[in-house]
Amino acid sequence: MTLAITDPDRENPSDPRSPSLARRRFAEILLGTGFLATAVAFVYPVLRYLIPPKASDLGSDSVLAGRVGELKPNSGKIFRFGSRPGLLVRTASGEYRAMSAICTHLSCTVQYRQDLHEVWCACHNGLYDLNGRNISGPPPRPLETFEVQVRGEDIYVRRLK
Amino acid sequence: MISLQNVRKWLDERLDWDDLIAPLREKAVPLHRLSHWYFLGGITLFLFAIQVLTGILLLLYYRPGANEAFESVQYIMTQVQFGWLIRSIHSWSANLMIFCAFAHMFSVLFLKAYRKPRELTWVSGVILLFLVMGFGFSGYLLPWNTLAFFATKVGTDIAGQVPGIGKPIMIFLRGGEEVTGATLTRFFGFHVAVLPGLMTLLVFVHLLLVQRTGISVPPKLEIEWKANPNAKREMKFFPNFLLRELIAWYVALGVLGVLAAIFPWNLGTKADPFSSAPAGIKPEWYFLFMFQTLKLIPAKVWFIDGEVVGVLLFAAIGMLWLLLPFFESDDPSRTKRWITGLTVFALAYVAGMSLYGHLAK
Amino acid sequence: MHWRPNNCGRAPSEPWRKRRQAEAVLAAELLPTGTATATSVVFYFVVFLLFLAPPSYAQTKDSCLDCHSALPDPLGVSREKFGHDIHKQTGLTCSSCHGGDPTNDDPDKAMSRQAGWKGKIDRKQVPALCGRCHSDPSFMRQFNPTLRTDQLSQYETSVHGKRLANGDTKVAICTDCHSVHDLRVPSDPASTVSPLNVANTCARCHADPNHMSGYKIPTNQFAEYNKSVHFQALVVRGDMSAPTCPTCHGNHAATPPGVASVTNVCSTCHVFQAQLFDSSPHKEPFASAGLPGCVTCHGNHGIVHPTDAFIGTGSEAVCIQCHTEGDIGYTIAAKIKQQLVQLETAIGGAEQILDSAERSGMEVSDAKLDLAQAKDALIKARVTIHGFNLNRVQADIKPGLESAAKDYDAGQKALAERNYRRIGLGVSLVAIALVLVGLRMYIKQIEG
Repeated sequence: MTLAITDPDRENPSDPRSPSLARRRFAEILLGTGFLATAVAFVYPVLRYLIPPKASDLGSDSVLAGRVGELKPNSGKIFRFGSRPGLLVRTASGEYRAMSAICTHLSCTVQYRQDLHEVWCACHNGLYDLNGRNISGPPPRPLETFEVQVRGEDIYVRRLK
Repeated sequence: MISLQNVRKWLDERLDWDDLIAPLREKAVPLHRLSHWYFLGGITLFLFAIQVLTGILLLLYYRPGANEAFESVQYIMTQVQFGWLIRSIHSWSANLMIFCAFAHMFSVLFLKAYRKPRELTWVSGVILLFLVMGFGFSGYLLPWNTLAFFATKVGTDIAGQVPGIGKPIMIFLRGGEEVTGATLTRFFGFHVAVLPGLMTLLVFVHLLLVQRTGISVPPKLEIEWKANPNAKREMKFFPNFLLRELIAWYVALGVLGVLAAIFPWNLGTKADPFSSAPAGIKPEWYFLFMFQTLKLIPAKVWFIDGEVVGVLLFAAIGMLWLLLPFFESDDPSRTKRWITGLTVFALAYVAGMSLYGHLAK
Repeated sequence: MHWRPNNCGRAPSEPWRKRRQAEAVLAAELLPTGTATATSVVFYFVVFLLFLAPPSYAQTKDSCLDCHSALPDPLGVSREKFGHDIHKQTGLTCSSCHGGDPTNDDPDKAMSRQAGWKGKIDRKQVPALCGRCHSDPSFMRQFNPTLRTDQLSQYETSVHGKRLANGDTKVAICTDCHSVHDLRVPSDPASTVSPLNVANTCARCHADPNHMSGYKIPTNQFAEYNKSVHFQALVVRGDMSAPTCPTCHGNHAATPPGVASVTNVCSTCHVFQAQLFDSSPHKEPFASAGLPGCVTCHGNHGIVHPTDAFIGTGSEAVCIQCHTEGDIGYTIAAKIKQQLVQLETAIGGAEQILDSAERSGMEVSDAKLDLAQAKDALIKARVTIHGFNLNRVQADIKPGLESAAKDYDAGQKALAERNYRRIGLGVSLVAIALVLVGLRMYIKQIEG
């Protein structure tokens, strides 16, 4: 025994002035608009999600640290290695070295000193050599060093395994 | 509208559409004051669908691996447009799904819907609940954060307590003696391949069984309606019940949206296998009642290790739970009251222990 | 020559042979003049009993250890204990220091004055005995070419050495710190003078009120040091370059650094701070008032991690020890403190807004990375304050403030974006509500 259900086609569809029909059309329009709006609200973020972001992938273990020609011999630059700064150094002889730029003492950002040919932390005069070894001042540990790969015009830096 | 009808006609000519959906048209949902409990299964199914969709989306950027997993989730959360939304919805929806699955189970117990001829529906449902918990356990590790790492360590340790088969199970789960990147790879495999496959199959079986046996009515009402067929009230499944279910789904969507936008699921800190475990490590809330029970069992029960007793106890209860319908009478007038009592106790126990576990230090 | 050092197969070097004559004389001088007492009788009886047991033959004949390894303390030296000794490892034996004839099994003959036996070395003679080899560069070069040979002359300038020369045998001699019979090289973690152990070694005497009762120095240095930031760095963080007792006091020439030299001692590590202090307005008045530089504000043994509360005019500030309200130093201290607080507050504000943005899932990692600049500036300024010059501090603080302000802006933008997202959520919720109302109406319609 089926109860409480009205066949949708039971109403007289030929009477456009039927108040129930007008209500029904209103419900349908409301529903249609709602469905459409929610569909847009759901599909829009998904479509945006599908677009690959411009920023380099944080999950990757190698990042683009610079370009060939950007660094003169005997100079250095800070690059972003994941969520931390890294230091790319071009030695006086033209070699590339890369290491973490976070001083192991109090986490200041280190820099390359052209006059000393060494890596220097301005906060407490900590010195590291170009292999990241702490050679003077308060730093207790060497800087983590990274592997440098030159691929064409690009200089990539990756974590040593 | 004309074109839509043409499409339908075209399909009908080839697929015999009307015949295909005829069972749905005939399907009816009993109408009584407890009818709204029937929505829960559908909501769980809907949330599962959301899990599948958002899970596929997360797969576009997620990378399993001890070195990359955390960073890739961080990348999804911060770099990918609306990545935060997709991940938060996946996490929130997972929790809501598990909650709904539990609620669905208890509603089935209270309405005694598991009785003959629906034993198989119950069995498939309980296995589905276990699978859902497996999803939760495996998915929890995937962001590779500290909490997940240690929760997994503790969780797999507990599995390793089972005498005899425990140790091999633990090594199988961990992919080695310890929780490492190998565990992550395994859990990823379980989470995105093994469990979804099993789940889809079982959901299909579960729905088929529901379709075949129809929707159950509480025993009291069954007797009443049998005695007086005129009193029987039903609602057509299509479209009436389905439209109401649609309302529930939309409400669930709204709730998910609010939760994801206002309380984004946080990521924590990257797991460090060499650091010591943070104090008061706890599993996800749906494992908390078991976890807390294990903690309360004394170190030695008689001469057996307390934890082993606990694990064996839960394994035995799980098996009995699975077979619960076979202890029940199929005569609606002689249903076993102790099962109802047990259900009340189980609900009180799970709720109480979860709350205790949540508040305990 | 009745005894000779066993060089383990090494040919004795020329200088070593030349020195033998001199040593024979030295050994004669060192001979204790005491006679056999009742204890020696017991001793010889024990030795006699031991000889009843079947003798064990060592690889090289060393009758000293044959007996002494079986004797109780204080005369016992086990083979295992002596095996750890660097001197044993480089080929020296008991007789190298104690004399006697280790090839003779008869204790009377092995330990006879004729065989050059010296017995227990008198405390006063120990430094000279060690110096016999350790002060000889040509000899030491054979074993460790980089090892210094000035320990004895340094020791003679130390408080320990001077007191010993004056007849005080309670002071530390070589063996007190380096131990004896199991003397290990300082780089061996088990050595009594390795960086992690040396403070405990000093404390054996210096923290013992009974031992120190005759001297007018406190005994709380060790307890104080254990509270210090240097102890934290060395023991807790495992930084082996962190200072321990000999770093400031010297080892063989152990002496408290004087008032005038304390800044120099600290500056071996804290270079910037010392340079700044030397150029600061405090340099002169401190010197003339006899205030020991760094120690005046930071203390000596119990140097705790300094905080910003040290500077300024607060209750914990060290400045108010001398400066009172109204003088110029007081005003400058307050202003320097205010600079530090300003930057710290700015960083805290930026951090808070960035964190709250990040928790809402906003991308702020660039701004967070930039915030490191502001933090650098603060750390630098905390060094610069040692010049006690407001302009210099301001020069460090200013770029930090600018960076923090930039990052705060980035955080605000991120929060604005978050609000934009919440508007998006609102719009979606309206759409959902629309569907819900529509569905209700539609259901009502079809069900009449």
